Amino acid sequence: MSEHSQLEVKNLHVGFQKKKTFTTILNGVDFSVEKGETLCIVGESGCGKSLTSLSVMGLLPKTGKVTEGQILFDGEDLTEKSQKQMSKIRGNDISMIFQEPMTSLNPVHTVGKQIAEVVQLHEKISKKKAMEKAVDMLKLVGIPSPEQRVYSYPHELSGGMRQRVMIAMALACNPKLLIADEPTTALDVTIQAQILDLMNSLKNDFDMSIVMITHDLGVVSEVADKVLVMYAGKVVEYSDVKSLFNNPQHPYTKGLIESIPKLTEETEELPIIPGSVPNPDNMPRGCRFATRCPHAQPTCFNEVPPLIETESNHKASCWMFDQRWEEIKKEGEAYASRKETAATTEPVRN
Amino acid sequence: MQAEKKPQQQQNLLEIKGLKKYFPVGGGSFFKKDNTYVKAVDDVSFYVKQGETLGIVGESGCGKSTMGRAILQLQTPTEGEVLFEGQDISKFKPKQLRELRKDIQIIFQDPFGSLNQRMTVGAMLSEIVRVHRIVPRSEELTYVQKLLKDVGLNPEHYWRYPHEFSGGQRQRVSIARALAVQPKLIICDEAVSALDVSVQAQVLNLLQKLKRKYNLTYIFISHDLSVVKHISDRVGVMYLGKLVELSDKHGIYKEPQHPYTQALFSAIPDVSVQEKKERMMLKGDVPSPLNVPSGCRFHTRCPLATEQCKQEIPEFRETKDGHKVACHLV
Repeated sequence: MSEHSQLEVKNLHVGFQKKKTFTTILNGVDFSVEKGETLCIVGESGCGKSLTSLSVMGLLPKTGKVTEGQILFDGEDLTEKSQKQMSKIRGNDISMIFQEPMTSLNPVHTVGKQIAEVVQLHEKISKKKAMEKAVDMLKLVGIPSPEQRVYSYPHELSGGMRQRVMIAMALACNPKLLIADEPTTALDVTIQAQILDLMNSLKNDFDMSIVMITHDLGVVSEVADKVLVMYAGKVVEYSDVKSLFNNPQHPYTKGLIESIPKLTEETEELPIIPGSVPNPDNMPRGCRFATRCPHAQPTCFNEVPPLIETESNHKASCWMFDQRWEEIKKEGEAYASRKETAATTEPVRN
Repeated sequence: MQAEKKPQQQQNLLEIKGLKKYFPVGGGSFFKKDNTYVKAVDDVSFYVKQGETLGIVGESGCGKSTMGRAILQLQTPTEGEVLFEGQDISKFKPKQLRELRKDIQIIFQDPFGSLNQRMTVGAMLSEIVRVHRIVPRSEELTYVQKLLKDVGLNPEHYWRYPHEFSGGQRQRVSIARALAVQPKLIICDEAVSALDVSVQAQVLNLLQKLKRKYNLTYIFISHDLSVVKHISDRVGVMYLGKLVELSDKHGIYKEPQHPYTQALFSAIPDVSVQEKKERMMLKGDVPSPLNVPSGCRFHTRCPLATEQCKQEIPEFRETKDGHKVACHLV
């Protein structure tokens, strides 16, 4: 099975060493990306979506560590590779685009030189050839008059152009997998539409897989084949894109989709998810969404729900889809009524 | 250009006539000043009625934030009038301006940058109340705590510092700070843009609740079209320092008339996957405000541009009842 997947992440646990305590941020992340497929990872800030991508790239900060699980790329486990091996894979087989094109481009070199550098690092070709390749790449990503633009510095380009340069650089070595971390968040909508279009067409040309990280569900519906919804370091829903938007299963996903103001509908008040994301040092024992969930039962607070398949290609991590849910609900009711009777019959002692 | 005609009712809280804000840019020698300007806001006119929400949308660099600041006189307008309750506040003296701040407040995008990190929330809010003499000293604590409750925080948050709050809570503190002086008009400059969707929804609901409760008027500046649609009564679209379209939200979202507005709306990724709509894709980038195109500023990217668009500046005129567009083709 793993032979078909471009990338397969199994039971990934990542955490950070903070003085004497070790805080686990990612708690068992599972997903796979097939060849030529786009997977979107969505979630709110702090849910671990960027950390997932950094783990795949092997770019975790020094205090971070993969404690458990496997990252299989073409069937090889990336967590067991050395730094040297990883830097060969990075840029060559797996590339990454970041949110802020200004901070990830070197301001003192021309963009042509920066693209050529990538090419030269991974392929044995002359400087001149590499520069030609840079021009080709800029043409490919739709930068007008690329022959002149290769001599531009990043500050001379607009935000959309810079992001195009980043894409050109990432694709310079025909990677099999492109990881894009919020590639359009810093851009205006009209430019965002251009970039998303570009990425979609390039994906087909290069026949690569894309892992796109975003918080914008609108972007997800535009580009994704499959979607991974994360909440507080855990996967809550994993589904193909149609099924997710037509029939969201997990209460968190439902709440998330409902809370976006819609252009086509008119509502006086937006439906909201009450409360806020729990602190990673102090996670609930059971389902992490239980504290904000409208359907939560005592079991939800105590036991971690498994990822349950609700329809084909659609999994959600919620007790509601377990066979035991009726039981759990009954237990919850019994618990509530016990609490009530206890409160009424037994007055406070102190 | 042309000032907006005053409607019959005398309930315009704010009226802006031909507002311009130019920033001089360096260049030229020490002795000879070079007269190049960035025309951040160029001849904008509109009015805001008491109790309504005017949304202003546009891409980055279109001058929407500068306009907000120019209204508040945080930046002195180069030209034009800003009439608040009939008085031209652009001619106000500093002392008068200080009084004015009680009536107009602003909420910024980044709540962390705009809150004093060394003061507790309570101290910060009490200071405002004290400086503007909103309530007697003895009632300060109860007043501020009521304020915190109004914005959905606990009275205990009085003794906390900004860094102890989450992003959404910090934005609530910013809202409390704006509310502390009991203003009539609040300018929300990208107030929910930095927040996650679920928190954004909470803050938007809060803003609407407060509007009803205190009969507030908002100018809501944002780049997010769906948020603006949700909260506004009327919406203005800006492009390179000019208003290109202004209408009540039903008009503008159902039948956008300006080609830029149409392109802007079609570029929004929609959450529904069922039908992929035909995109009206704009080519190229927004031109530099230093070197604004002649004629209609949008003609360089407009798919419908004609020779006339390159030569003449289109007039901002009413096409339908209350629907204004600046385009030759409409």
